[in-house]
Amino acid sequence: MSDATTTTITEEQRAELRRHGILLTSLQELYNWGRSNSVWPLQFGLACCAIEMIAASMARFDIARFGSEVFRPSPRQADLLIVSGTVTKKMAPQVVRLWNQMPEPKYCIAMGACAISGGPFKQGYNVLKGIDRYIPVDVYVPGCPPRPEALLHGLMKLQEKIRAQPLAGPDAPRHLRADDPCVYPVPECGATDLEPPFNPEVWKPPTLVRDDA
Amino acid sequence: MTTPSLEQIRDRILAAVPAAEASLVNNPGPAAQHSLLIDRAHLVEVARFLRDDPELRLDYCSNVTGIDQPEREVVDKVRRKVPAPDGSGEREVEEKVKRIEPGFLEVVYHLFSMARKHGPVVLRVRTGDRAGDASVPSLTPVWRACEFQEREVFDLFGIVFTGHPNLRRILMWDAFVGHPMRKDYVEPDDYEWEPTPHDAVLERVKARQAVASTPEEGPTT
Repeated sequence: MSDATTTTITEEQRAELRRHGILLTSLQELYNWGRSNSVWPLQFGLACCAIEMIAASMARFDIARFGSEVFRPSPRQADLLIVSGTVTKKMAPQVVRLWNQMPEPKYCIAMGACAISGGPFKQGYNVLKGIDRYIPVDVYVPGCPPRPEALLHGLMKLQEKIRAQPLAGPDAPRHLRADDPCVYPVPECGATDLEPPFNPEVWKPPTLVRDDA
Repeated sequence: MTTPSLEQIRDRILAAVPAAEASLVNNPGPAAQHSLLIDRAHLVEVARFLRDDPELRLDYCSNVTGIDQPEREVVDKVRRKVPAPDGSGEREVEEKVKRIEPGFLEVVYHLFSMARKHGPVVLRVRTGDRAGDASVPSLTPVWRACEFQEREVFDLFGIVFTGHPNLRRILMWDAFVGHPMRKDYVEPDDYEWEPTPHDAVLERVKARQAVASTPEEGPTT
């Protein structure tokens, strides 16, 4: 058993061995290989992006090629939350609650301009300005809506991320660390906005200093 | 079958409900979708008649929406005769007279007939004003399809439908304050400092930062 710091054999050498029919692996590699190829999304759609997500799951684009064909109807059985569409302020507490109900290890893809930043509704009164204010987002898929290929690319990026996760140390994923909370506070609906307007543990407003300001 | 003309429908309404006030509102645009303005007191009676009349049978209410008309200044051109300054008879001059037209809220119903295959017939009804007397009778007892749409109009415009069985907010959450589709709605100032192409937003952010930079206020986000 070895992790990235104690490996004495390089990736190139390992690939060379594979070419000769010898499989040399580590527990981390095997574990992440298995996890990354069975990322089951939650069957959960919010707006027009959900239509593209459904298209990605059908035969033409076929998300099953990447091991994510099983859309789970229950958050208790899902690994991946695809926030596909506009998150209104009224819906945001439910999205956070669904995220809390998912067991670790869990990942989140923010799909489309609305889920990333509020999109065209950013300056409005009723749309959340990005789901990353309340839950940690692993992959952002831009587009309005993104094509199914873009979602598949986002899923492949997520798989790369999972494969690269070390099992120990400070960079270990949340579910292997004791110090990281797996439950995020659910916001309340206030008079005009959600309270609090963001979770300071995961997101902070950008502080930009302009020369001309 | 073709839709009876609005004049015919108005005459039928006035014949059936003599106390009602029904007037035509003409749409001068290319759509030319004219409508009938009904008074509040007799709206339910008129609606029942339109639904049950064997000629009209407007049995389906497809759409309910609202209009906000704030108080506005209207300039009327008035022609009147004045004596000419040189004393040679009279001269006609045109004067502009300003008057304030009071604001109102309006509910619009689009009615169709499934049985007789005609429509739409557009009904309008106005509230007394935009604040204390912003109520109209609900047509949910007449057409059940109005229920959710009247709730939406109540939510976004603040029009109170008297007689509605379940008048609660439907799009915004219950604790929400204000009616966002009103023309004078001011959205809350909850913008973070970020580069944005909207100048109006930028000005608001700068104003907010100026308030936040005063020592006793402290930064608020």
